[in-house]
Amino acid sequence: MKLHGVHVPHMKNTADCEGVKMTAPAVVTIPMAMHIGKPAKVIVKKGDTVKAGQLIGEADGFVSSNIHSSVSGTVQKVDEMVSSMGAKVPCVVIASDGKQELYEGIKAPDPADFESFIAAVKLSGVVGLGGAGFPSFVKLSVKDLSKIQHVVVNAAECEPYITSDTRTMMDKGEYVFKGIEIIKKYLLAKHFVIGIENNKKDAINKMKSLAEKTEGVEVHVLPAMYPQGGEKVLVYNTVKKVIPKGGLPLDVGVIVINVTTLAFIGEYFEKGIPLIEKCVTVDGSAVKEPKNIIAPIGTSIKDLVEAAGGLKSEPAKVLYGGPMMGIAVPSMDEPVLKNTNAVIIMDKKEAEQNKTTPCISCGACLNHCPFKLNPRDIARAYKLGDGEALKKLCVDLCMECGCCSFICPAKRPLVQTNKLAKIKLREYLAEQKAMKEKEGK
Amino acid sequence: MDNKLISSVSPHFTSRRTTQNIMLDVIIALMPAAVASVVIFGLRSLLVICVCVATCMVSEFLFEKLCKRENTVMDLSSIVTGLLLAFNLPVSIPVWQAVFGSMVAIIVVKQLFGGIGQNFANPAITARIIMMTAFSGTMTNWVFPGTAKMTDAVSSATPLVAAAKGTTSMIPSYLDLLLGKHAGCLGETCAAAIILGGIYLLVRGVISWHTPVAFIATVALMSLICGKDALYQVLSGGLLLGAVFMATDYATTPPTKWGKVIFGIGCGLITILIRFWGNLPEGVSFSILLMNILTPYISKLTQNKPLVGEAKV
Repeated sequence: MKLHGVHVPHMKNTADCEGVKMTAPAVVTIPMAMHIGKPAKVIVKKGDTVKAGQLIGEADGFVSSNIHSSVSGTVQKVDEMVSSMGAKVPCVVIASDGKQELYEGIKAPDPADFESFIAAVKLSGVVGLGGAGFPSFVKLSVKDLSKIQHVVVNAAECEPYITSDTRTMMDKGEYVFKGIEIIKKYLLAKHFVIGIENNKKDAINKMKSLAEKTEGVEVHVLPAMYPQGGEKVLVYNTVKKVIPKGGLPLDVGVIVINVTTLAFIGEYFEKGIPLIEKCVTVDGSAVKEPKNIIAPIGTSIKDLVEAAGGLKSEPAKVLYGGPMMGIAVPSMDEPVLKNTNAVIIMDKKEAEQNKTTPCISCGACLNHCPFKLNPRDIARAYKLGDGEALKKLCVDLCMECGCCSFICPAKRPLVQTNKLAKIKLREYLAEQKAMKEKEGK
Repeated sequence: MDNKLISSVSPHFTSRRTTQNIMLDVIIALMPAAVASVVIFGLRSLLVICVCVATCMVSEFLFEKLCKRENTVMDLSSIVTGLLLAFNLPVSIPVWQAVFGSMVAIIVVKQLFGGIGQNFANPAITARIIMMTAFSGTMTNWVFPGTAKMTDAVSSATPLVAAAKGTTSMIPSYLDLLLGKHAGCLGETCAAAIILGGIYLLVRGVISWHTPVAFIATVALMSLICGKDALYQVLSGGLLLGAVFMATDYATTPPTKWGKVIFGIGCGLITILIRFWGNLPEGVSFSILLMNILTPYISKLTQNKPLVGEAKV
């Protein structure tokens, strides 16, 4: 069985642009929630002097992450901001002194056992850099290490425009393999599969030549078909396993890790510098010169774009991430986050969306859904408020990749409706549970 | 904060495919058959085509105006319906009957059921069947190609009628069937033009091969089993036109590939039943209409199963 998907235009304009390190901006705004989980607790106050790499936010609770200053300078204020996900989160605004002095306490970790390895990963503040931002130390805290059969390295990078993972493989390929050695050592994993889409020839060659020198690493070349980098899709296409609905890759003996995350871990164990900068693809129809910029976390999009050479036309829509699953931000003042792999700036023409017309029942949506869902029927059930039908249609399986909306000739907001239907289903299931409990009493 | 930026939920771009350009592709695919019909039957065929297309567009526009529905004339689907209906009429059809048929197709079969995508039966086919019942005389007044002037038109038998009656002298050769040099409906006679259009639709990804192949293969296979000339059965009548353009209509056929295969086989079987054992010489229209009615059940039977998976280590 082959999973379906859609052919999106690649537009990898920046594939050959090595990441350029930008000079630190005058001010960085670092939110305390750049990960899935509880926001970090601020441990600095206004007027404090901080160095690059110094801890400013401490992981709070089990699923949380450490946050470090990305510049050296002075804390201007500890404020609150609305994150791109809509929640109010604390943030630390730091005025840079332009020196980028590293924190004195930085040293490469040398963990003796599994526990201290996890502690080191936690200390680094690394989260899933592919986009989800799930704290890596939580993911790697596997209770039963014997369950791990495969480690799948996600280097598919299936979104249009984005090339930051490609640059990781090209510029930091050695660190990717250092990361593999570390995972091998502490998680006792033996089989590694690096999944790369076939439109990245140079990266494939580089990974293949490095893989020859390492035992147990296979480079799996995948067709360039969106959403190849979706976790479940990638696991199915590389190791032929179906992650169950509501389950994790570990349920089928797999750990999936993004290639940039892995390279960061490799580099961190050599240098000890926590996650304070990120390679970001700056592209889109409004950008003058598409580039890959290595920016301090917390740099505003405005400063980032300035560093990349500015805009050629008025921005109409600005995205964190690619055009298929990226998040449209409300303003250019939004900061670069840990999991920001691209900033796409669209001009008016590119941002324009086609008018929605009536469904012609062509079946393109259900014939292109990787998980074989039926967006047309889901939309109908959602409109009718039919929770039972939504349950049967398994809308909670939807990963929101957007293939259905992309392919729909009537330009209907299908994945958008799926997202609403998922909320509706959750409400319905909660209602049912409450009713059952009532009956039980 | 500048509020000029657009905020919306992903995805932030879509494919270039629209309903309008799908319909445009279908219209392009129908052009070879339209040209062939004018070459074969003369200028009156152009008149019939224009009347049907114009009536379909005007009916759609007026009806939607009347019902205060959104105007969908620009999606070009009414032009497709008009062309297909015209292709299913004899060249000698009186203009008022063509107008009536077009109105039935758009207003009764399409708009009354909710407009584009909502109708359960193919508008052109249903309108043709209604016209066959209402105007059985003019609807079967076949004209042999070349007798262009309608005043002295010579009535002729279609290849299928000829075959059914056993009048072998009237049976055209394979080449004539392929080129359309025989009596029949406007757009159905020239097999080569329809095949050309079908290939275009396949290449453009507008239709999938499942229905046409299943339909045609079933007819061919059953003809062989029944001891008839398979190639002759495939090339004559409305089979190719129906299999390529009507049995692949989105709204009235199943969306999944197995559903399409079942649909095609069903159409093929009913066509054969009517052609060999029914009173009518031709059964393509009825077979598609009957399978249209079964479509919701076939769709349900063949729907995709979500990739739920189960935990196993």
